[in-house]
Amino acid sequence: MRYVDEFRDGELARRIAGRIETEARTGRDYNLMEFCGGHTHAISRYGIADLLPPNIRMIHGPGCPVCVLPIGRIDNAIELAAQHKVTLCTYADTMRVPASDRSSLLKARARGADIRMIYSAADALRLALEQPEREVVFFAIGFETTTPPTALVIQEAAKLALPNFSVFCNHVLTPAAISSILESPQVRDIGAVPIHGFVGPAHVSCVIGSQPYEYFAEEYQRPVVIAGFEPLDVMQAIWMLVRQLNDGRAQVENEFTRAVTRDGNVRAKQLVADVFELRRSFEWRGLGEVPYSALRINARYARFDAEQRYGIGYRSVPDNKACECGAILRGAKQPRDCKLFGTVCTPENPMGSCMVSSEGACAAWYTYGRFRDASRAEVSQITTADST
Amino acid sequence: MSAVKRGYLRPIDFKQGRVEMSHGSGGRAMAQLIDELFLEAFDNDWLRQLNDQACFAVTTGRMVIATDSHVVAPLFFPGGDIGCLSVHGTVNDVAMSGARPLYLSASFILEEGFPLSDLQRIVISMAEASREAGVPIVTGDTKVVEQGKADGVFITTTGVGVVPDGVNISGERARPGDRVLVSGTLGDHGVAILSFRENLAFETSIRSDTAALHRLVARMLEAVPDLHCLRDPTRGGLATTLNEFARQSSVGIRLHEKAIPVKREVAAACELLGLDPLYVANEGKLVAICARQDTDRLLEAMRSHPLGADAAVVGEVVEDPHHFVQLQTAFGGWRIVDWLSGEQLPRIC
Repeated sequence: MRYVDEFRDGELARRIAGRIETEARTGRDYNLMEFCGGHTHAISRYGIADLLPPNIRMIHGPGCPVCVLPIGRIDNAIELAAQHKVTLCTYADTMRVPASDRSSLLKARARGADIRMIYSAADALRLALEQPEREVVFFAIGFETTTPPTALVIQEAAKLALPNFSVFCNHVLTPAAISSILESPQVRDIGAVPIHGFVGPAHVSCVIGSQPYEYFAEEYQRPVVIAGFEPLDVMQAIWMLVRQLNDGRAQVENEFTRAVTRDGNVRAKQLVADVFELRRSFEWRGLGEVPYSALRINARYARFDAEQRYGIGYRSVPDNKACECGAILRGAKQPRDCKLFGTVCTPENPMGSCMVSSEGACAAWYTYGRFRDASRAEVSQITTADST
Repeated sequence: MSAVKRGYLRPIDFKQGRVEMSHGSGGRAMAQLIDELFLEAFDNDWLRQLNDQACFAVTTGRMVIATDSHVVAPLFFPGGDIGCLSVHGTVNDVAMSGARPLYLSASFILEEGFPLSDLQRIVISMAEASREAGVPIVTGDTKVVEQGKADGVFITTTGVGVVPDGVNISGERARPGDRVLVSGTLGDHGVAILSFRENLAFETSIRSDTAALHRLVARMLEAVPDLHCLRDPTRGGLATTLNEFARQSSVGIRLHEKAIPVKREVAAACELLGLDPLYVANEGKLVAICARQDTDRLLEAMRSHPLGADAAVVGEVVEDPHHFVQLQTAFGGWRIVDWLSGEQLPRIC
């Protein structure tokens, strides 16, 4: 497949791995956080950890849009569908996110709520046009990547003066989340979780550009390398981070030059600015309340705001006490440190959000990496046996 | 002979007509539907007897029976429809035991209001598939449910067959050292269905691979009578089938991503939707496990049949107390190919 296979070339990967191996200094650790779920997925799916020396550790960050969605917002979405009887349109990932009382959108649908899985915001708008007798609500989630399409359908609905369409907005902002992690006491003061550098977002950066990360690099003295979601992108970014750390630099570098510029997508940013405004605060699953970290629909488009239209009130719901999603999202713990991981919390029956999407740190480890050490040892034994 | 006197009946209007409750009520309308549609299309000696059952002589040896319900949406998709799918699915389930499929039964649940033209199209497609496979549909049943209580048409087919002497295929027979083969490209059916769903119209030339595999199986058995495992990777794809084998046989399986045949278009569609072709459904492919020394002979036999032209050796059976299916990625790393969790849902970004 053109434009894809080139970025998954095993031979090139081994060459980059060789350079990383040579340049990474023994006697020091390189703890690198990949912010995005897309990177987490690539690392797990292609077995990138197998190609890295043991002193390079990848910490899975909070950049999985489904994972950071708090229980209370899922409850709100279920309320919209079940009590206000709207047709709720949602991206597939959110269907299985656990809500209060062991519910989820999937379970609400089984009980009769009208919940539709869609692939794009435009599908929700089309549904509203096709069913003028039904109230259609788009359950909008995601980082800066999915925000412009939501803005676009709201503008479109305004142009058409669609009376039966609204948006339940849960869009969140990447820079605020990175700040929150860097400001958390475990990372900043205690130094219990040294994060030495960041693999910066791919698709998010296409929209916002590389400029917003310059502040972190400078203020917190952490290098950031923006990288694409293909495995070679990730390998290359790790190599660039190792070099920066060896040189004592803390700069924003861009590995994903084929898509990301310093200013990002100016038109998309204008679109977002036209429709949305900052929320003073927003709850993130795992990170808690994060100031100025999310968007809501502004007054001009208020009639398309489902929260206002249906008087949706937010009620925060705590996670299961034993759930370590918060610590895992901040990089303070690994999935296997959680008592629930792989016991009561599995992809079939996720207790915490990190287990829901394949981009979540726990699900990725469970699905692709579980018992990695044991199975790798066996594989090498067998390989030896086979070749004799 | 038909029980209904043709002269007194207005023929069924297959162009404009729709399924009515009376078509399932056991009365004259039902008899007419059986007569003018099912008998006409499936025509064979057993059906013509108009009994509630089909009676046939029992051969010696081991018999197998398999049943499968078909509820596919959309009913018509590139490369096939629910009709031929319901024949192929059950013929394949029987064939995967190494058996020669002999007879099929078909049971229809029809939704009131379903266009008779669509029903006719489906039944003709079933008849063609059954004739082409050489496996007659010898008995059947029709029920009609009220509108809204079904999705157009559901078809359940059951098949019986006979296993030749000396053949012993079972999911528990995979042994360390055995090789894993697939008969062709993976994921074609699942992607063809997805591409045609109304809310996901993307242009594609991918067609379902739906096909009856019993003749391919027969050729494989001629070459290698001691096949260890055989299964068609339908729902859940190759990944699920191999996890089933690993569990049943208490072994591990190692796959090599580079060796797994996937069409370029299928790979691209999966890429776009965030799906993994290893988990996407197939309806005309099989997975076989054989002893290492039989591998070349089996591969050659598979490739000599049109339905196995793209056959490939994709991995091997290993000892593994965890019964993991592992994949060496084209990138060079290893990962687990786990059981699917719930439905395979597309990722958001």
